Amino acid sequence: MLSDWLYIGIFLFIALLLPAVAIGLAAILSPKKPNKIKDLTYECGLETVGETWVQFKAQYYIFALVFLIFDVETVFLFPWAVAYQKVTLFGVVEAIIFVAILLAALVYVWRKGALEWF
Amino acid sequence: MNFATDPMNSIIEIFRGWLLSLGVSSSWAQFILFVIGAGILATIPMLITLGLIWAERKLLGRIQDRLGPNRVGPWGIFQTMADMVKIFTKELITPKNADRIPYNLAPILSVAGVLALWAIIPFGISIIGVNLNVGVLYLIAVGGFGTLGFMLAGWGSNNKYALLGAFRAIAQLISYEVPMAISLLIPVMFSGSLGMADIVASQDVWYIVLSPVAALVFFIATIAEVGRSPFDLLEADSELVSGFNIEYSGLKFGMFYVADFLHAFTVSLLFTTIFLGGWRGPLAAQYPWLGFVYLLIKTVIVWFLSVLIRGSMPRIRIDQMMFFNWKVLTPLSLGLLVTTALVGKAIPAQQTALRVIGLLIMNGLLLLITNFIWRAVSSSKVRPVVTAEPYGGQTTGIKEVSS
Repeated sequence: MLSDWLYIGIFLFIALLLPAVAIGLAAILSPKKPNKIKDLTYECGLETVGETWVQFKAQYYIFALVFLIFDVETVFLFPWAVAYQKVTLFGVVEAIIFVAILLAALVYVWRKGALEWF
Repeated sequence: MNFATDPMNSIIEIFRGWLLSLGVSSSWAQFILFVIGAGILATIPMLITLGLIWAERKLLGRIQDRLGPNRVGPWGIFQTMADMVKIFTKELITPKNADRIPYNLAPILSVAGVLALWAIIPFGISIIGVNLNVGVLYLIAVGGFGTLGFMLAGWGSNNKYALLGAFRAIAQLISYEVPMAISLLIPVMFSGSLGMADIVASQDVWYIVLSPVAALVFFIATIAEVGRSPFDLLEADSELVSGFNIEYSGLKFGMFYVADFLHAFTVSLLFTTIFLGGWRGPLAAQYPWLGFVYLLIKTVIVWFLSVLIRGSMPRIRIDQMMFFNWKVLTPLSLGLLVTTALVGKAIPAQQTALRVIGLLIMNGLLLLITNFIWRAVSSSKVRPVVTAEPYGGQTTGIKEVSS
């Protein structure tokens, strides 16, 4: 059980190491001739104007919030899904009520117009 | 266990015996085996990518009535090798205004996020990195790694188009994660386990037969997760120059390229594992390497389908993409979850044939209802067509006409 996670740890370390080593190798092999114009931001070919890191559309926040609701919901449903073979019809109905509440939430968000992209 | 039926585990056992005979304690021997195994399993996908890029370019070329790469080696098979050698010797330009840490971390994270998925895929009955008991949750969690890479790339580049691309990427990837996670609940319900090897082992009937709608939702959601056509809004060349990777050059750009192509193959592998029975096939339980061959054949078919979709679909608009996810796929997958739970309980698991027929009818009905609602909703919402009055008329301004 613990050795499973040891393997995952080693694997993640190697997965991070491989691209890092490749980029490090390329950094050694490649020429380094920076100059003032080359190091400017490319953007779309023209000179960049104004600040990039500005406030952005609130729409993205709303979608992130809706996503959070549904993601937490699925996390709650996974244990139920694992136990699905063993639970009785009552357990299934309970889960359905849970999903129905969330469907109601989806309908609410929908009616509020939060799912419109404009 | 002998060499003919299971060569991989035989080699592992021989190697472990050799380590133990050198006087290495058994837990250290296990650790060394883990490091070597993980190293090999993580390197193979990077090498496969070389072939994948060539195959995909060739296929897309044929779809578009071109030849594709055909100069280096027979059928241009070494084109990717040549590209790789070239890209290694290209200068890595870091813009002066970029935020260094996220800028350099992004390509590494996006490749690592894809590679990490390979740790839990069962390639045969005994060929698996590790059968994690929370495999499906791991899959969803690690899938978020790549998203983080896009976000860091867009933010760190200090470039407006890259930032817009990153915003779109986040909006798209987190949205499509919802139907994907819900459609993954259904295989978990049938198998009663979150471990990938257990999900494969329980597929006496492939889950695509038991729940074709879940497979369809998962397939669409994974295409969106990979960010390929028709969901390639995050790197829409015509609107965003190139998306989140504009400021990258040399191998740092190459890493995004590798991650993209490898991710497409990896999600095909996951689709095969979860819905198409993975390594299962005749004699696969006795000969693990045969299971590997079956897995590869099925995966290539799924991957070919996704390349075909990439080659034939135009890009959709961002509001259409959000509409499709939140108003079609999410309610559909939630409805599917509820009805599958009810039908699965109504028909006991022993009566396999009856269960398959019941679930198939239910899936078909659900698709019909969704199609009906979709038609009704999308026909009620028509975007106004803006036309200009011909010159010389009473009104010369722009007028809205609803068609």
